Amino acid sequence: MQIIGNNGVNIEVLLVEDSPGDVRLTQEAFHGANPAVHLNVAADGAEAMEFLNREGKHAAAPRPDLILLDLNLPKVDGRQVLAQIKTHSILKTIPTVILTTSDAEADVAKSYQLNANCYLRKPVQLDAFESLVESINEFWLTDVRLPQRV
Amino acid sequence: MTIIGGKGVPIEVLLIEDSPGDVRLTKEAFRTANPSIHLHVASDGVEAMVFLRQEGIHTNAPRPDLILLDLNLPKMDGREVLARIKEDDLLKTIPTVILTTSDAEVDIAKSYQLQANCYLNKPVQLDAFESLVKSINDFWLTEVKLPGNGTSQCT
Repeated sequence: MQIIGNNGVNIEVLLVEDSPGDVRLTQEAFHGANPAVHLNVAADGAEAMEFLNREGKHAAAPRPDLILLDLNLPKVDGRQVLAQIKTHSILKTIPTVILTTSDAEADVAKSYQLNANCYLRKPVQLDAFESLVESINEFWLTDVRLPQRV
Repeated sequence: MTIIGGKGVPIEVLLIEDSPGDVRLTKEAFRTANPSIHLHVASDGVEAMVFLRQEGIHTNAPRPDLILLDLNLPKMDGREVLARIKEDDLLKTIPTVILTTSDAEVDIAKSYQLQANCYLNKPVQLDAFESLVKSINDFWLTEVKLPGNGTSQCT
């Protein structure tokens, strides 16, 4: 049994995000917030599913402790990625946080319908973005009991 | 459409908890953390479902913006309540946070299997409990974008 985040065990986070700028900002913000976080990146929905199913170049991918998922993605849309995760008997227990610029009520409602664990708006302002990443770290990676890796 | 928590609109939280002591502590901690929270209490699983389905004495119950659910409850177990919420097309979008003293891996895994939105351990220490309630408020009722009031409500 591994205690997540303790004793030098990395916390594996999968960020599914197509914007290189947002990827870099997220990496830097997590680096500041919690050095034990190992941020894995998938740049589109198809790659995210390869990573989660450990296929192709992601054959040795770790099981993420947390997934941060953008909604608008190339190849396979974030809503579809979410639906695939949450109907998969083994992947469904991984907390999946929607992190998107969309604040359309339809996107919020649809995400909760598909069993997203929570929905967060990606702020445009840099300091607000950093503070949101800190909140994710403090709540999801500190307060919350995450499921064991299986 | 109402903006949750804005302009004096109360945030409706349903606490499903059978211990009167824990209910009181949660009420006090939320009152400190965020005065616009209306904390509703169901003291067993059956009452929780009556509240959520607006039946009986709870005909006029509001739709909760957030549910805090203990696992070990009289009459109907918390796992059963969670399963019923998440199988109901109208109720399933309400974020449901497990708040329990159990730290058994099997309870954690089962809760996420049943699509709990997150799982929190209820600390025994009073100050740790207050700080957890503040975290719930800061994260779920401040950072998170909650779903609208659903389709069953017209307020």
